[in-house]
Amino acid sequence: MANFTPVSAAIGGALIGLSAVLLMVLTGRIAGISGIFAGLLNVRSEDKAWRFAFLAGMMLVPVIAGWLGHGMASPSLPASWTVIAVAGLLVGFGTRLGSGCTSGHGICGIGRLSMRSIAATVVFMVTAVATVAITRHVVGG
Amino acid sequence: MEMVARIIAPLLCGLVFGMGLLISGMVQPTKVLGFLDVLGAWDPSLAVVMAAALAAAAPGFLLARRRAGPVLAGQYFWPEKSGIDAPLVLGAGLFGVGWGLAGLCPGPALESLATLSPGVIAFVAAMAAGMVLHDNWRVSRPVVRHDEPIARVADG
Repeated sequence: MANFTPVSAAIGGALIGLSAVLLMVLTGRIAGISGIFAGLLNVRSEDKAWRFAFLAGMMLVPVIAGWLGHGMASPSLPASWTVIAVAGLLVGFGTRLGSGCTSGHGICGIGRLSMRSIAATVVFMVTAVATVAITRHVVGG
Repeated sequence: MEMVARIIAPLLCGLVFGMGLLISGMVQPTKVLGFLDVLGAWDPSLAVVMAAALAAAAPGFLLARRRAGPVLAGQYFWPEKSGIDAPLVLGAGLFGVGWGLAGLCPGPALESLATLSPGVIAFVAAMAAGMVLHDNWRVSRPVVRHDEPIARVADG
């Protein structure tokens, strides 16, 4: 557990939870990122302004951190473009079919004690752990 | 007030959310995969992030429910669906496979666009395509009511 960073994880997690509560108390909306983004892509959705503003706020953070001298490192992703594309497609299609992602189900949903969200979180955790086990320890070696 | 409700409040919430993801390290796929890799050098940080987020969100949502409505808008948009159905389980399962392949879920992926990394741009483009694909497919099919038995939904 050499990489365990409990203090920054707790501070960051508390901020994520605080943001979800503020968004609900102020605007009545759920801070589920897949739903917010999908609503921005959907031509039939009419309430795009708050979605755009929320995501713009998120994307501004690494920019501001960069100005303050704590620029964010580029994420390390799989070397294969095919794997990146398949992963993105699965995340996009799966979060829509399953009505949510890590934020919407894992934090907002479990925070409301929703049985749907608890079930969804267990399922995506299990398939994610299984996928990493297979790619790193079975085929990846 | 309209401007505050539609732009300023969500923008500030997005900033706080983004700070949380950045400070916790969850914007980095290596950190997320370190948690998901239970057979390797396991890093429990993601569990601490979720626990801390829930410690703030659960009492916060309870307090929110005691108000008749949100401060800046007419009504709460609480999710209405209840019950565990086949699309929920199948969708969550597919999402988990994609998350495990790249170590990115929608929040960190979108925040990471700020780095202009070509890999992240490709991931987000594919994610958007998957969402549009799903939403168009769902609209072209007859609406399935929530109270129908799972078997009917799966047969569709």
